[in-house]
Amino acid sequence: MQRAISAVTRRLVILIPYGWLLFFFLIPFLIVLRISMSTSAVAMPPYTPVFDWSEGWARIRSALSELSFDNYVWLAGDPLYLNAYLSSLWIALVSTALTLLIAYPMAYGMAKAPTTLRPTLVMLVILPFWTSFLIRVYAWIGILKPEGLFNQFLLSMGVIREPLIILNTNWAIYIGIVYCYLPFMVLPLYSALEKMDHSLTEAALDLGCTPIQAFWRVTFPLSLPGVIAGCLLVFIPAVGEFVIPDLLGGSETLMIGRTLWNEFNGNRDWPVSSAVAVVLLLLLVVPIMLFQTAQARAERAEREGR
Amino acid sequence: MGRWSRFNVASIAIGFAFLYLPIVLLVVYSFNESRLVTVWTGFSTKWYGTLLTNQALLDAAWVTLRVGVLSASAATVLGTLAALSLSRYSEFRGRTLFSGMIYAPLVMPEVITGLSMLLLFVAVGLDRGFWTVTLAHTTFTMCFVAVVVQSRLQSFDRSIEEAAMDLGATPVATFFQVTLPVILPAVLSGWVLAFTLSLDDLVIASFASGPGATTLPMRIYSQVRLGVTPEINAICTILIGIVACGVLIAALVTRRRELQRQRDERAAFAEGMSRAINPPPAAAGG
Repeated sequence: MQRAISAVTRRLVILIPYGWLLFFFLIPFLIVLRISMSTSAVAMPPYTPVFDWSEGWARIRSALSELSFDNYVWLAGDPLYLNAYLSSLWIALVSTALTLLIAYPMAYGMAKAPTTLRPTLVMLVILPFWTSFLIRVYAWIGILKPEGLFNQFLLSMGVIREPLIILNTNWAIYIGIVYCYLPFMVLPLYSALEKMDHSLTEAALDLGCTPIQAFWRVTFPLSLPGVIAGCLLVFIPAVGEFVIPDLLGGSETLMIGRTLWNEFNGNRDWPVSSAVAVVLLLLLVVPIMLFQTAQARAERAEREGR
Repeated sequence: MGRWSRFNVASIAIGFAFLYLPIVLLVVYSFNESRLVTVWTGFSTKWYGTLLTNQALLDAAWVTLRVGVLSASAATVLGTLAALSLSRYSEFRGRTLFSGMIYAPLVMPEVITGLSMLLLFVAVGLDRGFWTVTLAHTTFTMCFVAVVVQSRLQSFDRSIEEAAMDLGATPVATFFQVTLPVILPAVLSGWVLAFTLSLDDLVIASFASGPGATTLPMRIYSQVRLGVTPEINAICTILIGIVACGVLIAALVTRRRELQRQRDERAAFAEGMSRAINPPPAAAGG
């Protein structure tokens, strides 16, 4: 009897969230895929209908034969989209590298901080993450504007004569991404560095390594899981970022998240925006899989570690 | 363990200055008298006064609050169930797909999630509005809750659960009487995380929402596009204040709970020890 109850409970515990995610996460992707292969129509919704289940298998077969790759051909033929994809990948790559450069010394310092101070430092890194993303991006507009606070500061210090044009350039986007995603990089780095056995570095130093050699040969390789996790956590969302390029970038900045948004809200071309989303997802499949394997490995290590 | 060098301190200080300066400046300039946001002319709270008369903004805040509470609560239940399935049932069919669906939304670009949600709602013929935003937020925040709760379940001493089951508790009773009290701090912080994510979201809400359900970030975004104004600084300051208070209270509550738990455990241990050493006469006689 109890075993039966236990089996039913188990099934429910798994099925409820599983079913929810299937319906609200996986199926929507299949719909995106389907619509990306339909043709645009002047109607509401503005595309030819998805499968009509009521007419049975024959209808599904004929629907399958209607699938077209025209939208993908259109994407490949228009340099606008190709450039947007390439520049998104490039901007995300540069920003990830910059984030790593700033986050590593910070996480390293935190891991070496006195033990009593560490929880507070971690808390201070997480805290900005709780404030709205939109607000944090908005804060930079006032700072980076030509007559903004950063230029006022530099002018009053006599560093520059003319205000720097930073807002509405790629530099503003780099700053925005680094700023918004810094906690995502610092935390995995910190947890990798904090766990590290410092006697290894000491051994390297005793055996004649200079501190810099010891860092590159011992500390950095051991912190690689943190580096990888942090870089993926920054890179993947940055590729599809919308708010940062829209508010900080210029009119000529092409990023795919923004292109998709404009295609959808401006041109109301649902099939093309779906195709844009599918290609973006394909570009990100490899990094996302890497992220999931890293997560699963960490999960397993934690489970076996205890 | 190496010493905390000057370089370490400097890199932390620079990092934190970078993280906090923009927010501090935003808050400071919300009290600026001038309409020109970047020129300081004097202290004033007049921009906060004008907010209270902005009906569209207040409506949006109310929508956001309701969506946040509803979706965070649903996401906490679903996310906790998902965390239980992942950490308690290590083998079941489709587990890889399941854990994939938990981790993917954490990094998925919001434009993709938003678009796919919208197309689902259109395909099933649901009118877009308050409820569709709530459903969309529930879906993407439940994954964050699942991850938070799962990490707590991972470091959980399973023998107490097994003991409860051996003593005849049903799985449901075991969960409510043994597991839930222990993981409650993680469940609560999952709720808070889901709530703030929902409060914060612009992109998914814009896709999933329809007429009559404009959330606060959507309202702020449409004003921000027109430029920096002290009113927006004032709204942002209020939001930052609310979040800061929430985080502070949550931190204090968890700390208090943790201390209480440690005290209780110590007391129980001490009592058990003293009983073992001098058994009370009734027990000894029996």
